[in-house]
Amino acid sequence: MAIDSELLVVGGGLAGLTTAVTAAREGVDVRLVSYKQSTLRNASGLVDVLGYTPDGEGPLTDPFAAIPELPDDHPYRTVGVDGVRSAMDVFDEVTDYRGGHTDTNALLPTHGGTVKPTARYPPGAAAGVASDDRDVLLVGLQSMTDFDAPHVAAHLEAAGVPFDVSGVTIQFPGDLQADAKVTRYAKLLETDPATRDGFVERIEANRSGQQRIGLPAVLGDDDHDRVRTHLESELGAAVFEVPSGPPSLPGLRLEDALFSALDSAGGSFETGNPVVDYEGDDRIDHVLVEKSGTEVPYSADQYVLATGGLVGKGIDSDREGVYEPIFDCHVDHAEDRYEWFDGDVFGDHPFARYGVDTDDRLRVLDADGDPQFDNLRAAGGVLGGYDYAAEKSGSGVSIATGYHAATAATEEL
Amino acid sequence: MSDAEDPTTFSPAEPTTGEEFEPVEVFPDNDDFDLRPGADNCYKCSTCDTNCPVAEVDDDFPGPKFQGPEQWRLTQTDDDYEIDDSITSCSNCLRCDNACPSGVPLSQMHNTARGRYVDEQMSKLSVEYIRNRILANYRTSAWLASKVPRLSTFVMNNSAVRWVMDKTMGIPKERDFPAFATETFQEWWAKRGGADESRRRARQNRPDDADPSDYKVAYFHGCYSNYNTTQVGKAMVRVYEELGFEVVVPEQKCSGTPMFANGMLDDAERHAKVNVSSMSDLVEQGYDAIASCTSCSMALRQEYPELFDIDGIEKVSENTYDSVEYLRIHTDIADRLSEATVEGDLAEEFAYHAPCHGRNQGLERQAVELFAELDGVGIEDVGDSCSGISGTYGWKSEKYEISMEIGQPMFDHMEDSAGETGMTECPTCAMQMEHGTGYDVRHPLELIEAAIVEA
Repeated sequence: MAIDSELLVVGGGLAGLTTAVTAAREGVDVRLVSYKQSTLRNASGLVDVLGYTPDGEGPLTDPFAAIPELPDDHPYRTVGVDGVRSAMDVFDEVTDYRGGHTDTNALLPTHGGTVKPTARYPPGAAAGVASDDRDVLLVGLQSMTDFDAPHVAAHLEAAGVPFDVSGVTIQFPGDLQADAKVTRYAKLLETDPATRDGFVERIEANRSGQQRIGLPAVLGDDDHDRVRTHLESELGAAVFEVPSGPPSLPGLRLEDALFSALDSAGGSFETGNPVVDYEGDDRIDHVLVEKSGTEVPYSADQYVLATGGLVGKGIDSDREGVYEPIFDCHVDHAEDRYEWFDGDVFGDHPFARYGVDTDDRLRVLDADGDPQFDNLRAAGGVLGGYDYAAEKSGSGVSIATGYHAATAATEEL
Repeated sequence: MSDAEDPTTFSPAEPTTGEEFEPVEVFPDNDDFDLRPGADNCYKCSTCDTNCPVAEVDDDFPGPKFQGPEQWRLTQTDDDYEIDDSITSCSNCLRCDNACPSGVPLSQMHNTARGRYVDEQMSKLSVEYIRNRILANYRTSAWLASKVPRLSTFVMNNSAVRWVMDKTMGIPKERDFPAFATETFQEWWAKRGGADESRRRARQNRPDDADPSDYKVAYFHGCYSNYNTTQVGKAMVRVYEELGFEVVVPEQKCSGTPMFANGMLDDAERHAKVNVSSMSDLVEQGYDAIASCTSCSMALRQEYPELFDIDGIEKVSENTYDSVEYLRIHTDIADRLSEATVEGDLAEEFAYHAPCHGRNQGLERQAVELFAELDGVGIEDVGDSCSGISGTYGWKSEKYEISMEIGQPMFDHMEDSAGETGMTECPTCAMQMEHGTGYDVRHPLELIEAAIVEA
């Protein structure tokens, strides 16, 4: 007997979660299975729609205006501008993210000192927007080498931000070891008043009137709003987190928000075991989830593949070729593997666009351009036709195609 | 000079034809499990570190990334390398395993390092070693206690005795010792008529056209259901029989979980050999192995094949299931429960905590899903924090405070939830839940029994 649902979503990243949340909100009996914990905790927590065109033009002011100009095989062309907007509406409804009031990209400082165009950002990052002309003090922590505040400040200044920015490094209160985890800082700020007070004191001692204070993204986990608000009232200044690389608390908070939205919408989910195979011909009858060597059948009427790209292992490769490991979906790529990449590290790498191809309802197509199965759709990084790293479009494509796949699958039920 | 080719002649853009390639055996004499591919897979994203409940509260604990791949590499480059003693602060919750996006076998590395630390660096005469050995061999103490259960329960919770145990052994006086059952599960099972009686009952409940060979399970009850919470073992038997399954209860020892966590791999292997031997015979005969404790099923499924080389171990691993998981896969339990109503004792609102070892098997939502449609009860997931006790971990005086600090978010969420009865699959999580909130804690099997088995 298989574990049965109406819609089965394979993958627990932004695309899989958006698919599952969208369908669950429509009353669909949906189940999300993810091999490991969501990779959202590797994400900065910023949600981009489109920062640059495939030709490198940008930063773009209005990502939505640029969508109709994208190449035909870009996933945004499949979804369409209205589809992208509806998808972002769902995202805005289930999270507390900012930026939905305008089509225009916000510019946010990163922990590398660049300014990044992004469509949505968490409330904790809001006071950092580069369009605000209040002066900024960036405060780094001695033991956190990932965020070097003076260096970041110098970079931001060189980037021409319209405010004065300086950076200092302080010691975090308490005697934390050099490699203390982000969760440790967060826990102390959340639960230990002495740490909070000491932190405020040390920031204050280094401040010379700046109205905005930027800190590494460690200001609490479950209770992050309270931590930030407390710091703001103690300092009498706006406080923001500078989004960081992995492991990232803003990413983790986004993951929590989306799983919680899925839970309240009545969706089911489980993590820890991979989908490894399927049974079926024109239609997928069921997939097989491997649990310590045993393959357990999970059946559904509709399926959405949201397993990610080359990094997420939704697309894999070996010396023979590039492939999709679960359904063996067709992945168009050059036969000679020396044509998969460009010699220049920051060049235009063909592999970055490798992924599965779909019809306009996101059904996966075979090598002849026909639907491989009646009931398999794809969303997010597993799709081909876009280079998320260069375009800064990863989150937006995941949200838009997740929404579109969920809507199309729901119509089939 | 290394075995690698001269780097000056290497061009990354030139195809490697393979014609001159001769693979080099790196560790020709090593017959341990090779952890190198696992260590090489680590790309240092540190996601494991953000999942570590200990690193979040303990300033001296360097986290799973160090304990796993980094420390493993150090052991490879320096023969005299000593395992860092922080390895004893890992609680073996296995959360890092489920977190790793790159498939690094973190817990296998931790178990290996801890085993080596205890073998080579820990004094066998130290109080800590002796205490840990006693804790790890709970089965032996419980067996002894079960001979005089009432006296044992009384003595073990006597405050003078506990003060002495805390001072001399490092067993925290704050904790309540679990009560020992006056009749063990095994005694109840034998008195009831054992496998013959189970076959008779199962046959009555099976549809006429059912193939009896699909309805055979071997129950791994573990120590706790045998000596302490026997009601869980009894519920397992009654529920399975109600659904037509005949149950056998083979010879078994401790699953080894507390031994892994204390680095006592020889003890664990001795017990594993008995378990694998009796379970593999039954698996050959078409039985599936069922555990009601998620740490026991975790041990049989994952830790055994990762750590030991015993005949039949893979077969046992592949055919082991959690008791509730198995019902979801092989029966119409979801439909049965959605049509049932619970009355009486268990008609409660439950605050459910998913144990880490269940989470690691993908079972974190099974109880919440199954009971959502069950009339007469409510169930609420109290979130993804670790209970903090991790088996024997919270039973050490020097870890007690850390254990309670880890558990605090769970206690808070339990207090915030509608119910005042807890639920979990793990017996030591249950102990911690009771300790932190005073709630009664039940196993999902008990609720399934109340829903579908006529009293």
